[in-house]
Amino acid sequence: MPSDSALRVVWIYPDLLSTYGDHGNLLILEQRARKRGIPVETVYVRSSDPVPDSGDIYLIGGGEDRPQILAAERLRRDAGLSRAIDRGASLLAVCAGYQIMGSVFGGEEGQPVAGIGLLDIESVRGPSRAVGELAAEVDTGLGGHILSGFENHMGVTRLGAGVRPLSRTVVGVGNGDGTEGCHAGKIVGTYLHGPALARNPWLADVFLGWATGPLLPIDDTWYDRLREERLSAVLPR
Amino acid sequence: MTQLPLRAQLASALGRTAATLSRVTGRGDGSVIGGRVGLVLEPDLLRKLAADRKLVLVSATNGKTTTTRLITSELQELGEVATNAFGANMPAGHVSALSQSKQAPFAVLEVDEKYLPEVLDTTGATVVCLMNLSRDQMDRAAEIWLLAQKWRRALAGRDTHVVANCDDPLVTWGASTAPRVTWVSCGQPWKEDSWSCPECGGPLDRKGDDWACRECTFRRPEPTWVLDDDAVLDPWRRRWVLDLQLPGRANRANAAIALAVADAFGLPVEQALPRLREVTSVAGRYTMVERDGRALRLLLAKNPAGWLEAFEVADPALPIILSVNAQGPDGRDTSWLWDVDYRILAGRPVFVTGERRLDLALRLDVAGVPFQLCESFDQALAAQAPGRVDVIANYTAFQQIRAEFGRAV
Repeated sequence: MPSDSALRVVWIYPDLLSTYGDHGNLLILEQRARKRGIPVETVYVRSSDPVPDSGDIYLIGGGEDRPQILAAERLRRDAGLSRAIDRGASLLAVCAGYQIMGSVFGGEEGQPVAGIGLLDIESVRGPSRAVGELAAEVDTGLGGHILSGFENHMGVTRLGAGVRPLSRTVVGVGNGDGTEGCHAGKIVGTYLHGPALARNPWLADVFLGWATGPLLPIDDTWYDRLREERLSAVLPR
Repeated sequence: MTQLPLRAQLASALGRTAATLSRVTGRGDGSVIGGRVGLVLEPDLLRKLAADRKLVLVSATNGKTTTTRLITSELQELGEVATNAFGANMPAGHVSALSQSKQAPFAVLEVDEKYLPEVLDTTGATVVCLMNLSRDQMDRAAEIWLLAQKWRRALAGRDTHVVANCDDPLVTWGASTAPRVTWVSCGQPWKEDSWSCPECGGPLDRKGDDWACRECTFRRPEPTWVLDDDAVLDPWRRRWVLDLQLPGRANRANAAIALAVADAFGLPVEQALPRLREVTSVAGRYTMVERDGRALRLLLAKNPAGWLEAFEVADPALPIILSVNAQGPDGRDTSWLWDVDYRILAGRPVFVTGERRLDLALRLDVAGVPFQLCESFDQALAAQAPGRVDVIANYTAFQQIRAEFGRAV
């Protein structure tokens, strides 16, 4: 049985949505919590199982069109994630998982598929695939940081009044309107996989801070070196 | 062999000239440019060159080049064999391979997964050998379920003998529209791309190599050939110890399916297996090279499933050099590093190099595996004590290392 004191990180449907190194986001949250002496319990929820509502941080990742539709169908029948959000849990939704959180997204033939409506966004299938490095200026109250990562998707996402853009793109496509990702309450959606938290440890700490309060600083040498190398390779001089 | 029409003869000859020029000018090994020149002059060249031959097409995410080599070695028992030995696995490479051995009654062609339907349609191959499908270079490759679906359409109702790995659910689904399939149990260590049923999306229940969908009737077919640890069980339940020189489980799997392909041509195991045992390295893979008293074994791993197989070959008692690039052929996205479980390397000296060494460094840091960062392969090499060392590199990193040793391997 889970201990009540441990931070619970729940990964939703790794059997359907974990195509782009999504496991990394879980490993990074785990490492950064443990380094600060915070005990962590990780929960992997297969798509045939119910989503528990007792987690602190929820993760959902990227995947192909068909598993994305299956995941949306299953999540629509399972209210566990919505209950968890209602009681104050946070969620990082990446790529296909990001689109599912909206009211609608485009299926493999472009057909509209209902999402689960946790974010006020609508996605459609765009004319071409956005593939490559992305850099963006963070545009929320989350911190004055640069968002760095890799995108690979065909989605175009329109943000509604109920969400704020996560960032303004400098390099890359993101939502398709000059913004990338979005943010509402403790839910963050992004097209960045790679995984996103490897390149943006500050964002990992936003989630850990929401769950546990102020955080001790830790040694970020390898994160910083990778981030500097990528940003200098990607950002215009 | 029947005589090629004049236009095809000319196209084939000019292609060979271009290939020679490419080699002597040091621009490449000639296996692509020669075929391209030929195809421009005669778009139907591949069909014409393939006509009247007994052809095997080999496709998979991992092990294509090695398995192509193994089947080629076996079929040489029966006659001359044309093959694209250097991994040029699209139609231009196929034209080039067939042009170079015009009289060969047999041909074994490695085929890129995406091109399989087209090449099958053009060549009308006798046998198609399918081993595995897993995530690979997602920034440019097709999604693998879509690939398997294209295989299904291409194989449906076709008079081709398919030899396929029934332990891989996606390969099984891709092959199962073919009227004639020989199922081979080759194992599937990497299971992260097959937790859900390719037919209906339901969960797959797995027990050992066996698997079945919980929600529909799709399940693993009964194999007639089985890889059983270090041996192969043939359809008559005779047990053949493989005793290959190529190392590792993946190569035993490649050999098992190669023996089933040989059988499809009436070549018995007692004749085919000695040929497999003669193969020591394939296009530099598994080669031992020496420098300054260090003996390096070069292992190629391009995707998570490939790294898993490479770790199985690497010796836990030895230091290991890892090199990762992210050029076009590698995939520009390094996210796959997070799908590889590096914890198995903890306890041995690990050296990290390559153009994307910082991505790998963070990955190892998060996995809790101590490592030493090296600016170059030479620096990593200089850090080694005399003795044996394992090297795992992805595609262009591997080619760079091979080039250091003059491609003698």
